[in-house]
Amino acid sequence: MSFFKKLKEKITKQTDTVTEKFKDGLSKTRDSFVGAMNDLVKNYRSVDEEFFEELEELLISADVGVVTVMELIDELKDVARTRNIKSSEELQPVISEKLAELLQKSEEDGKVNVQESGMTVILFVGVNGVGKTTTIGKLANKFKQEGKSVLLAAGDTFRAGAIEQLEAWGERVGVDVIKQQSGSDPAAVMFDAVQAAKSRGVDVLLCDTAGRLQNKVNLMNELEKVKRVIEREVPGAPHEVLLVLDATTGQNAMNQAKTFGKATDVSGIVLTKLDGTAKGGIVLAIRHELDIPVKFVGLGEKVDDLQEFDAEQFVYGLFSEVLEEAETE
Amino acid sequence: MAFEGLAERLQSTLSKIKGKGKVTEADVKTMMREVRLALLEADVNFKVVKDFIASVKERAVGQEVLKSLTPGQQVIKVVNEELTKLMGGEQSKIAVAKKPPTVVMMVGLQGAGKTTTTGKLANHLRKSYNRKPLLVAADIYRPAAIKQLETLGSQLDMPVFSLGDQVSPVEIAKQAIEKAKEEHHDYVLVDTAGRLHIDESLMGELQQIKEAVNPDEILLVVDAMTGQDAVNVAESFNEQLDITGVVLTKLDGDTRGGAALSVKAVTNTPVKFAGMGEKLDALEPFHPDRMASRILGMGDVLTLIEKAQTTVDEEKARELEKKMRTADITFDDFLEQLAQVRNMGPLDELLGMMPGANKMKGLKNVQVDEKQIGHIEAIVRSMTKAEKENPTILNASRRKRIAKGSGTSIQEVNRLIKQFDEMKKMMKQMSGMTAKGKKKGKFKFPFM
Ligand SMILES: Nc1nc2c(ncn2[C@@H]2O[C@H](COP(=O)(O)OP(=O)(O)OP(=O)(O)O)[C@@H](O)[C@H]2O)c(=O)[nH]1
Ligand SMILES: Nc1nc2c(ncn2[C@@H]2O[C@H](COP(=O)(O)OP(=O)(O)OP(=O)(O)O)[C@@H](O)[C@H]2O)c(=O)[nH]1
Ligand SMILES: [Mg+2]
Ligand SMILES: [Mg+2]
Repeated sequence: MSFFKKLKEKITKQTDTVTEKFKDGLSKTRDSFVGAMNDLVKNYRSVDEEFFEELEELLISADVGVVTVMELIDELKDVARTRNIKSSEELQPVISEKLAELLQKSEEDGKVNVQESGMTVILFVGVNGVGKTTTIGKLANKFKQEGKSVLLAAGDTFRAGAIEQLEAWGERVGVDVIKQQSGSDPAAVMFDAVQAAKSRGVDVLLCDTAGRLQNKVNLMNELEKVKRVIEREVPGAPHEVLLVLDATTGQNAMNQAKTFGKATDVSGIVLTKLDGTAKGGIVLAIRHELDIPVKFVGLGEKVDDLQEFDAEQFVYGLFSEVLEEAETE
Repeated sequence: MAFEGLAERLQSTLSKIKGKGKVTEADVKTMMREVRLALLEADVNFKVVKDFIASVKERAVGQEVLKSLTPGQQVIKVVNEELTKLMGGEQSKIAVAKKPPTVVMMVGLQGAGKTTTTGKLANHLRKSYNRKPLLVAADIYRPAAIKQLETLGSQLDMPVFSLGDQVSPVEIAKQAIEKAKEEHHDYVLVDTAGRLHIDESLMGELQQIKEAVNPDEILLVVDAMTGQDAVNVAESFNEQLDITGVVLTKLDGDTRGGAALSVKAVTNTPVKFAGMGEKLDALEPFHPDRMASRILGMGDVLTLIEKAQTTVDEEKARELEKKMRTADITFDDFLEQLAQVRNMGPLDELLGMMPGANKMKGLKNVQVDEKQIGHIEAIVRSMTKAEKENPTILNASRRKRIAKGSGTSIQEVNRLIKQFDEMKKMMKQMSGMTAKGKKKGKFKFPFM
């Protein structure tokens, strides 16, 4: 079966609402991206240097990152040569295939490591203002709707109003928040939260942390300490360390992934603010270089604006028109 | 790391280009490839990069290579200068309304740093100008946004105006102004909710607030880590609101900050402040020149170039000496020497060492305030080639254009031209003296 047939089949099997929601959020992205792709095909019928230059620009404008883009282009040039592809229409499916391959290495990638029995602890980390607290609110709601009991840990004791913000989300979603005073030691808050979670026997503990830039050594040490407390108190925890990335971020997201990865052994990415015009292409480079999968995408500020990441849907969203063209062949 | 690889490549490309004399087209082409990569890797928007490369190419080809530089370094020097020029002059002043209170509106995407910057700005206004700002909580959407601003207010011991989250932001802003007038606040800082530039209804809300309170300053708060999308965001906010300035936040991180250039290029409004941390005193003036070399990521090379520049090129000096005697020095010469003067110490000090110089008429006016050198450079760079070579054609409309182009005032432009004239006159008088002084080896005139 061809790549596109498989992809199409998988997509249509998915519940439509999820796909629609996802496509909706991505429509802006898709329109501009696919529009540009189509222009590309129209403008350059033969696959030549100029075509590749234009393609390079397209990917760079999506924040994929110039190094990754150049590598991708080189690979595509090889493919074009060996398969003797002369027209851009022929090469187009190869391009989307390549991107999907990059994001989707196994079925397991997008899944969250939820414990069958016992408590699941998820730690959220990331730089300032990316959407950690909001994502926790959304995810708490998701787990709750699945019938799980959820507890939140107010690990951001630094930023003005951070505890109140998490409490507001807790109220909105109907879950409790474990907190201490503003200014207290976040590791101590985490200790309290883990104890409370254990004694209440909750299914999921979601741990908020203060935003911090990855070059602040003290703050990164503090984060390691927070993680150690969780490790010590709950064997096997944290079950996920999710790095929250803002889709509008450019190449610095790579540094973020590297440094947070080193400090806290990041297991997955939440890509937020994809409802804007930014394309979040840096996750391609991060997957390429660090092999960290994306698990969720944020598509707005409301409680249900969070979707599980599915690489095929992501690519489908980017290339849906292209895929449909291939389908009618 | 991707970037380190790039910096290395740039370095090795630099050293590969050998030889002296003029920068050739081939040199420029090789270097521009690397510069393009460096800028893209720094998140400068690809369209901005394209335009930039084109303009630099034009300027770099045929350049005379400074004795102590290689052609590759010479190209980087030009690139750095052009980048600095594009970033604009220093501009950390905030508007002052003729009739208080001055109204400032903070706008931007979600999580950019508006609320934090509102607190920092209030702190800055009080500390540096002894102002009495009123903070206004006009974000009724984000959970605990009001509480966040109130907490900052109490940390600063400053009042925060709020009507809760059930009153429209437009109404909140209006009533805040009344309150500020009653209580004699001279600044009103309105914190608005983060929003996407494509969110029509929320962008409409900002326009309504703008209409209602007629702000003197609309500051777009931009996260320094923003990627290619920065141009869309900035363009859109600017189109819909006519922003008056930009605050670049989170510059305490390790981002190259190319967004600064993208935003400047599409809005043509100055970056007024840099956010350098989460604390309330972490707001700094924005330094365009530092930003340029940060974006370029070529600290080492630039230091080298700087050093090379400080060593006065003998040949150049002789040439200039000749020019000075006949007093046909141009603004270009002036600019070039300015950089050297800066590295040699204060101009007045140097002049003070000249025998009899203190008796000379008009010398006072020649003194160059170190702080103003940046402005002077901007002014000269905004002149056309013809104007630089022949300052007599600088009529009123040309001067007006130059002031606008350099982000300075007509007065400053006039002052510089006057100083320049005086300097020329002075040079005529002094050419004899200079030669005498040189023979004795007592002092070195700065323009040599
Ligand atoms: N449009 C959009 N906005 C989002 C999304 N996720 C979060 N936000 C907004 O981004 C802003 C910052 O979100 P927070 O959850 O406070 O971010 P944070 O990472 O916890 O921030 P700090 O704790 O200050 O580091 C808020 O205004 C959120 O409403 C998203 O997916 N789309
Ligand atoms: N390191 C650093 N952090 C900053 C800076 N400016 C703001 N922040 C942090 O960035 C995060 C977001 O700042 P806010 O002031 O809440 O941003 P906002 O634009 O008001 O966010 P919304 O109201 O949700 O749109 C917070 O964690 C701040 O502490 C800065 O210059 N440096
Ligand atoms: Mg938070
Ligand atoms: Mg805010």
